[in-house]
Amino acid sequence: MGWTRKLLRVDLTAGTCKSEPLNMKWADEYLGSRGLASKYLCEEVDPKVDPLTPANKLIMSTGPLTGTMASTGGRYTVVTKGPLTGAIACSNSGGYFGAELKFAGWDMIIFEGRSPKPVYLFVQDDKAELRDASHLWGKSTWDTEEIIKKSHHDPQIRISSIGRAGENGVLYACIVNDLHRAAGRSGVGAVMGSKNLKAVALRGTKGLGGIKDFAEFLKVTSEKKKVLAENAVTGQGLPTYGTQVLMNVINEVGALPTRNHRDVQFEGARSISAEAMREKRPTDGKANLVTNSACFGCTIACGRVSQMDKTHFSVANSPKYWGATGGLEYENAWSLGASNGVDDLEALTYANMICNEEGMDPISFGATVSAVMELYELGVLTKEQIGCEAPFGSAQALVELVRMTGASEGFGKDIGLGSKRLCAKYGRPELSMSVKGQEFPAYDSRAIQGMGLTYATSNRGACHLRSYTVSSEVLGIPVKTDPLATEGKPALVKAFQDATAVFDAAGLCIFTSFAWTLADIQPQIATACDGDWSMDKLNDVGERIWNLEKQFNLAAGLTRKDDDLPPRLKTEPAKTGPAKGLVSGIDKMLPEYYELRGWDKEGRPNKDTLDRLGLQ
Amino acid sequence: MMKSLYLDPVKCTGCLQCEMACSYENTGAFNPAKSRIKVFNFEHEGRKVPYTCTQCAEAWCMSACPVEAIKLDPATGAKVVLEATCVGCKVCTIACPFGTINYVADTGKVQKCDLCGGDPACVTACPTGAITFVDADWTGLERMRQWAGRANTAVL
Repeated sequence: MGWTRKLLRVDLTAGTCKSEPLNMKWADEYLGSRGLASKYLCEEVDPKVDPLTPANKLIMSTGPLTGTMASTGGRYTVVTKGPLTGAIACSNSGGYFGAELKFAGWDMIIFEGRSPKPVYLFVQDDKAELRDASHLWGKSTWDTEEIIKKSHHDPQIRISSIGRAGENGVLYACIVNDLHRAAGRSGVGAVMGSKNLKAVALRGTKGLGGIKDFAEFLKVTSEKKKVLAENAVTGQGLPTYGTQVLMNVINEVGALPTRNHRDVQFEGARSISAEAMREKRPTDGKANLVTNSACFGCTIACGRVSQMDKTHFSVANSPKYWGATGGLEYENAWSLGASNGVDDLEALTYANMICNEEGMDPISFGATVSAVMELYELGVLTKEQIGCEAPFGSAQALVELVRMTGASEGFGKDIGLGSKRLCAKYGRPELSMSVKGQEFPAYDSRAIQGMGLTYATSNRGACHLRSYTVSSEVLGIPVKTDPLATEGKPALVKAFQDATAVFDAAGLCIFTSFAWTLADIQPQIATACDGDWSMDKLNDVGERIWNLEKQFNLAAGLTRKDDDLPPRLKTEPAKTGPAKGLVSGIDKMLPEYYELRGWDKEGRPNKDTLDRLGLQ
Repeated sequence: MMKSLYLDPVKCTGCLQCEMACSYENTGAFNPAKSRIKVFNFEHEGRKVPYTCTQCAEAWCMSACPVEAIKLDPATGAKVVLEATCVGCKVCTIACPFGTINYVADTGKVQKCDLCGGDPACVTACPTGAITFVDADWTGLERMRQWAGRANTAVL
């Protein structure tokens, strides 16, 4: 089985919770999590809906391997129409929440409508009810978790919640679970806030019993854990250094976007790297990094646990931030650091912490601050407008702006719009480093050409997790390709996109793909799930998910012009590093990519393609 | 040779593979809520600690039981709950200083670690070596080895 075959439908307008059987025909076509939730969204929501109105739905979904002993089998996905992008939003998260949903006996929760007053959903196995959350409204994600656990007298409850950012409609608000894991991107937290849904609290004691062949499943998952343990990236690099292992590597290859993508290398990269996190600080003799940690079921354990320097200006008067907490991942160290020219590791750790506490995506927040800093340096924005001086490199500005945005105070309200709307508001739309309104992550499209195509074509707006071709272009996994070349990239991107969709749909973490290919996942799915799960079928599932998401976006009104990069990356060559003199070859790659996908020149799937995948 | 569980919190990442393995071994499902080993997360200290029964030589749970439902397994040294005999009175849960024997409402009996008959599932499942099964007379061996490794042989 793998699935519990049951979903919970919560009508927030009516205040009801109902159980219904999972559509197993769709499960057979879309597997679970990202895939299955997208299918439900496409069937039930008009793609033209305003994302922040009651007609939008918010789906939390697990995969068939979520809650099993498969390594990293703890993930869940949030699918909705995203307010930042106007496209399908699909953000997944680790921690313990996803597995707990499964243990309570549910594959998925669909939230519809809008509650007349703030509520939270409490699920205890079969029992589900909406409870008053007026006392939680205005609270941080951290306080929300603590208050709910205390009021239920149960420290073992697992919680996903929104902070003030989600309540206040910050367009890149996220949903935070287990204090510092997040369904981070595309503003899924703002949708939750618009529904007056503060939190989802779970306690599952039923467990997951329906594995097709337990003995075989345990055998194959053990073998695959060995593969992860023996791989240099998943067995050593990630547990030791976390994703931050990349900071110096990406800077070396000249692909570290710096100061709003004006530069591709950051002179301060070393100071904000994994290596720096492990060094003893001169102030207190302690390292920023305390230890590593794992999400549910994960045998890689890339998570960072950090502890700030108590004397740092950001926290010197705030003992509540002196304890250990979620530390910097590479994307966040980049977005808050290199992207803003800030090399103060402690300031970045602080800003990251506030993003977790208030519930907002540090990538989009950091990259929006980068646009603000550029506008400030150009004289478009003044100190009076912003509320502080905001030149590139200012740790003080970063700390000030993260507080303002988390609280939606003053200029923080503008930063909460994201860079696309902010730059348009101040007359310089070209300075937003985004696709479909979602800010880029930490790889420059001029120096890693495949990532440019990845960003342009990602169905949820600019994102590295839809086809992480950095693996191939920089790390040589599974085969090394030239990061500066555009040749072969459309095929590479398509292959990564389709395979990634299967990892996500299964309920596994994409970081396993440094060591695993689809062939490593296939036997884990096949021994857990009813039905025939061949490689061919999984390849189709991946491609089907991708095309389904694309269809949603087309129906929402997105066109070929939304599959494009900002002019800076197409006209301003990289100034230094291996890519010096290069711009993105997106215009060359995109038509070839459309053709390979079986789409027309406007990026619309051809009838043959839809027929082949069983789509309409 | 008698063996003991040896728990090293420094190596624990909080993945809960041990809880899944334990619950599968004992209930046939992945269900951390029914696990006899628990991982505790001391959030603000950045520490995760696996904890379960240490199989006391002088086991208070066993002494306290009024119906002799807890027996010594001489092969493993484990104190084992005999479900058929247990009446669910919970006196053992009060007697245990460490909280590692617990009442299960579903069955009306208590449960505790029984070392899986000598091949603990949590040990096999732990990916980091935070839970090992070692010579009961030499639980300090690994720590001794680590300190020995630091010693300057010339001085020693």
